[in-house]
Amino acid sequence: MIVLRLKPIADIRSMVERHARVLVVGCNTCAAVSLAGGETEVETLVETLRLGASRSACQTEYTGAMIQRQCEPEFVDKLEAGGYDAVLSLGCGAGVAFLANTESVPVYPALDTLFIGAAKGHASWQAECSACGSCVLGETAGICPTTRCAKGIMNGPCGGVKDGRCELGDRDCAWVQIYDRLDEQGRGDDFDGLGSTKDNSVNSMTCEWDMNADSGGSK
Amino acid sequence: MTLKDAFERGEFVVTSEVGPPKGIDIAEMMHAAENMKSRVHAVNVTDNQAAVMRLSTIAACIHLKQAGLEPVLQVTGRDRNRLAIQSDLLGAASFGVTTVLALTGDHVVVGDHKQAKPVFDLDSVQILDAVAALNAGTDLMGNDLKGAPEIFAGAVVTPDSNPIRPQLAKFDKKVRAGAKYFQTQAVYDKDSFLRFMEHARCRGAKVLAGIVVLRSARMARFMNKNIPGIAVPPELINELEASKEPEATGIEIAARFIRDTRDACDGVHIMAVGAEHLVPKVLDAAGIGEVGQ
Ligand code: SF4
Ligand code: SF4
Repeated sequence: MIVLRLKPIADIRSMVERHARVLVVGCNTCAAVSLAGGETEVETLVETLRLGASRSACQTEYTGAMIQRQCEPEFVDKLEAGGYDAVLSLGCGAGVAFLANTESVPVYPALDTLFIGAAKGHASWQAECSACGSCVLGETAGICPTTRCAKGIMNGPCGGVKDGRCELGDRDCAWVQIYDRLDEQGRGDDFDGLGSTKDNSVNSMTCEWDMNADSGGSK
Repeated sequence: MTLKDAFERGEFVVTSEVGPPKGIDIAEMMHAAENMKSRVHAVNVTDNQAAVMRLSTIAACIHLKQAGLEPVLQVTGRDRNRLAIQSDLLGAASFGVTTVLALTGDHVVVGDHKQAKPVFDLDSVQILDAVAALNAGTDLMGNDLKGAPEIFAGAVVTPDSNPIRPQLAKFDKKVRAGAKYFQTQAVYDKDSFLRFMEHARCRGAKVLAGIVVLRSARMARFMNKNIPGIAVPPELINELEASKEPEATGIEIAARFIRDTRDACDGVHIMAVGAEHLVPKVLDAAGIGEVGQ
């Protein structure tokens, strides 16, 4: 899933408070599971913004709404945004962009899109993938060097590793984990063959993916 | 004499390093380099060390070269992609700067431009791959070069890294990628270093033991706590603590390490970290005379 985080309220307010009527739209898929853009979060955000508005000179009105998925036409088409001057989206970047394409009024992001991740526990997520377009997880024992190594390097731990932790101090060293897991799985020797330079062109040149087009299908 | 020549002659090689200034006043850097000129085979020039923006490494290497010193160009992957790195390697070689040390580089968030885009398009091993390609007359994509350089490339290794096995596996990769020599992270434990040398010896690369002169017990504790891969043994910390002249003791500790390990390795790399004037003192205490004598 895509993991998201609410922007600071002051930043959200400064984006939208010049508009008179703002529709605050949640997204009931990744954003809801991320505890950042579900129904509860939309209600809380609307309340918070209303409270702020009532205490200041600006008279912006806020109304909440939900969409199942902000990134698909069949759901977005059902949004009733008529009569509003702006939309505040609690979707990921794709949701915001898609709404901005569909609606005639300005659309603003209330969330920051962090990463593609997995749940570690309640309200806690681990970054697992950065959508690089050329997956190497098969070689790296299911641990993504592009995402989990702070430098995204491809050949093993850098000199910054300290007692198995990354030099940034915020995570275990991905390369020590890759090395250990390959070893545990009896494929420790594969480590030596790892480390080809990344083909970044896949990412640069894949701005859309149309399975119906002639070039579609698997490569 | 180039670093390569010094190794080939079987000399006990001594290198040190200087850091380019933040700005264009190179007087201090040149002074530090000049002061060690007769004592070292080559001087490393750090590349935006600790991810702090400074004068270009290549420019600094050219200044050293013009002053008759043998520079070692440190190349990191932190802030240049594969085009820039190859292009810089060629540019440096066109000025005769052909001794290179390949490093991944510190992350930008530890430096003074924390918001910069971290590049790391190539890591240390891949920079060595790029050197090998250029030396063979092509770029990384196999396109022919008009005039190939002859770059002598080395890399770094951390003998006290924890855990050690992935570090050694990466060391082996660097050797296979063409690293001809290694500079180690600062080492203090003779036995641990000699164990590492047993591994390194059979790989065929030259190894320079990394020396950082301890100036106080406090500095030793700070390094143990904060610098990855540095392990100053407690006996040495006690020795510094008990000393009335900790700097002199630190010099003696460094010199003793050099004396105890010189037969096992190929030389030393003295990282003076702002105290370049100590380099000749350490060498004197270790009984290592002027270079080329
Ligand atoms: S290698 Fe690429 S696609 Fe695979 S997990 Fe990492 S970022 Fe995602
Ligand atoms: S310590 Fe490990 S995770 Fe951190 S940057 Fe270095 S290799 Fe990557």
